[in-house]
Amino acid sequence: MPESLVVAAAAGVVAGALAVGLVVLLRRLVVSSKELGTEAERATYQTLHLASRAAAHLRGGVGVEDAKRAGRHLKALLGCDTLAIVDPGGVVALEGDDGLRETAAELAAAAHDTGRPQVQRRVPRSGRARHGARETDAVAAPILVGRRPVGAIVAFAAPVRAGLVRATAEVADWVAAQVELGELDASRTALAEAEVRALRAQISPHFIYNSLNAIASFINTDPAQARELVLEFADFTRYSFRRHGEFTTVADELGSIDSYLRLERARFGERLRVTLQIAPEVLGAVVPFLSIQPLVENAVRHGLEAKEGGGRITITAEDSGAYAEISVEDDGVGFDPELIREVLTGGQGGAHVGLRNVDARLRQVYGDEHGLVVETAVGAGTLVRMRVPKAAPAPTDLPDLHGSRASRGGGGAPAPRPGRDGRLEP
Amino acid sequence: MNPATGYAAIAVVSLASALIGFYGLRVSRTTGDFYVASRTVRPWWNASAIGGEYLSAASFLGVAGLVLLSGSTGFWFPIGYTAGYLMLLLFVAAPLRRSGAYTIPDFTAARLESRWVRRVTSTLVILVGWFYIVPQLQGAALTVRITTGLPPWAGSLAVAVIVAVVVVAGGMRSITFVQAFQFWLKLTALAVPVVALLIVVAGGVPGLEARAVLAPELAFPVEAGPHGLDAYRTVSLMVALLFGTLGLPHVLVRFYTNPDGAAARRTTVIVLALLSAFYVFPTVFGLLGRAFAPELAERGQADALVLLLPGLLVPGPWGELLTALVIGGAFAAFLSTSSGLVVSLAGVVSQDLLGGSVRGFRIAAVLSTLVPLAVALVTESAGLAGSVGLVFAFTASTLCPVLLLGIWWRGLTARGAIAGMVTGAMLSGGAILASAAGATAAAPGWLRPLVEQPAAWTVPLAVAVIVLVSLADRRRMPRSADAFLARLHVPERLR
Repeated sequence: MPESLVVAAAAGVVAGALAVGLVVLLRRLVVSSKELGTEAERATYQTLHLASRAAAHLRGGVGVEDAKRAGRHLKALLGCDTLAIVDPGGVVALEGDDGLRETAAELAAAAHDTGRPQVQRRVPRSGRARHGARETDAVAAPILVGRRPVGAIVAFAAPVRAGLVRATAEVADWVAAQVELGELDASRTALAEAEVRALRAQISPHFIYNSLNAIASFINTDPAQARELVLEFADFTRYSFRRHGEFTTVADELGSIDSYLRLERARFGERLRVTLQIAPEVLGAVVPFLSIQPLVENAVRHGLEAKEGGGRITITAEDSGAYAEISVEDDGVGFDPELIREVLTGGQGGAHVGLRNVDARLRQVYGDEHGLVVETAVGAGTLVRMRVPKAAPAPTDLPDLHGSRASRGGGGAPAPRPGRDGRLEP
Repeated sequence: MNPATGYAAIAVVSLASALIGFYGLRVSRTTGDFYVASRTVRPWWNASAIGGEYLSAASFLGVAGLVLLSGSTGFWFPIGYTAGYLMLLLFVAAPLRRSGAYTIPDFTAARLESRWVRRVTSTLVILVGWFYIVPQLQGAALTVRITTGLPPWAGSLAVAVIVAVVVVAGGMRSITFVQAFQFWLKLTALAVPVVALLIVVAGGVPGLEARAVLAPELAFPVEAGPHGLDAYRTVSLMVALLFGTLGLPHVLVRFYTNPDGAAARRTTVIVLALLSAFYVFPTVFGLLGRAFAPELAERGQADALVLLLPGLLVPGPWGELLTALVIGGAFAAFLSTSSGLVVSLAGVVSQDLLGGSVRGFRIAAVLSTLVPLAVALVTESAGLAGSVGLVFAFTASTLCPVLLLGIWWRGLTARGAIAGMVTGAMLSGGAILASAAGATAAAPGWLRPLVEQPAAWTVPLAVAVIVLVSLADRRRMPRSADAFLARLHVPERLR
């Protein structure tokens, strides 16, 4: 048996042991911090801890499966025997004595209608109730989001004192705040999605106008060429107007760029030259839909169009470990770096709206460190670079990407949404 | 042997590798034609690249040494190294390509939606990679010591420095074609000497006569044949090699270059064929060694058989030339496998610890070379094929069960995966450590094979732990499990 492995394995085991030790230590710290402090401090900690655990389950609204899990924590928080969360439809998520379901629904309806806490004394309990008590008291408090009731919390205890009534009302208000936060999250996500949809696939009207003009000029002189161009135009628009999927592969994006450049060449002729340097390893990499083509369009329209005698566009895609580095360079007129900085920070869209869109989408999908990098100076051409992870475990071809985008960032858990369990819809 | 031959061969291969690494990108096609630029890598090229990256010191030197030492038992290693790709073909290749994951941590993190799973998997991948680089550096040490007479550390250091410099400088990245070239170089470097030696042995060269030192019945005794098989050890070794291949970090990366799942399968089939063809030659080397150079059959020395045999059988300049060819092939093996591993490891380390920046990648690349170098310098190899076999056993007990269950079982949960990986790592790592430390000498006879070849019991145990913990943890099954599995298994054209 090779001794080398002793050392290699020993190093591994020591590292593993250290890691485990660190985790144990941290855990110990957290646990012991619970045992520290005065009675009041511990109560505060306990309350906040329960509240934060419950909060995680309430963001999706009151009516969903998750809310049931929150019930356990809320019950501990209020210290009652049984706790029910009732949604506007009368569906009860109950934690505790199951025989109280109907009472909970009735009381919740009353609280719902009046918009105020309701107390009912001497509710009969089912036979197998513990503590031998045959009756219990109940208090119901409506959950009001804005002025609109979205459900109610019903707490059962024997007896219900004024303190519990007040606490239940407070908890209901707190739940309402959580639900509101959840809705805020959802609308923020929806807004982001809407923004992406709005950003993507903006074929410029100029381009359509120019292309059609170029095609028209060929119809009489060179019908075959005109036909080719119409087909390219069809290819290009079909790709750009594609509705499904927010991601595509580098290979597909290159195809679209090819169509685009053929159309532009009909106008520019030999003045537009192209060099490609594509590492084959990158072709399968997944990038946001229409994230490279706008860079090329920007280079043509703002870099080369204004330059006498045209110029050259160089598109490179390099393999860099787990990342793909893609760059688009032109030797056109270049820009004032300040102008580009202003464009990218969102000051004014203006002429370079394509650059800004791509930059915004890259940042949204991969994080701020993956935005566009632009190197330019007046008269010195422009180089635009992006660096994106090749691995995109987001389901690129599913129509919606709600869960996947949230989980990709490595940040918090995806916001649970009502009625969506993440399964593949037929 | 003339040290000048060794120096020259090593210098040429090192320089060539470095130059290809630096200038490889410029050779990559530059064109104005989109059709040409968008051509993906053909399965043949890809398969050659996988072969080039996969065939390491253990295959190039170790297999022949093992056949020399232990007869037909040594055959199981090339069989296992190759058949691992059969498992890859059947269970992993296509689904993994469809997953879009680039590394094993990427895959587990996406499948189980857990950052802890990612951390544990990354740690294991890094450990496996380090384990795997060490034998490469030891092979380099051996080669340099035998061929030039320099102290052994010179070889390890040279390979480590070349790999680190080339990777850090940004070379060795767009390397499908480079690695494919390496495969054919290695194949040639073994095939030509084997054919030449066979001709000499058969008496086909006038004036040059090789005489077998041992009579056939002594060189190939019955007890070194399949007759003397230890059933448990053999099964355990096969489990390790078959399943271990699935989790190797540098192999997985290559599958991403295939355009789709079907191409991934085709590539794997070609890899199987290429590897089968390759392993004929080290095996023949081993058999020739048993008959013609039995004096080399001692631990630590046997791995040098491939390097020494041509010089022994063919004296003179032709022998020098054949030796130079073999040395070059061996160095190509060390460099290509190590650089592939360092690139994959640096990718994992930089992505998980250093934020994925270019600078982070460079730091990670240096780290990924230094740690194995330190280990290789303070230890000495006693059998390249054996130590690589242990890495396979470790991989098979940790990463492989999670990968397989992640692809084929929807019930897998993050906690199950972590529990299984930790169990597998503890058990197989513990067994490897115990046997390496010589603790087995005192153990009762029935326990020794269990500790020395642990895979046959650690792999099933790891799987059992994963399944049981996942079942107990059913509530935490990832919400997206069904969607993810559908994506893995539905062919691209049906989507």
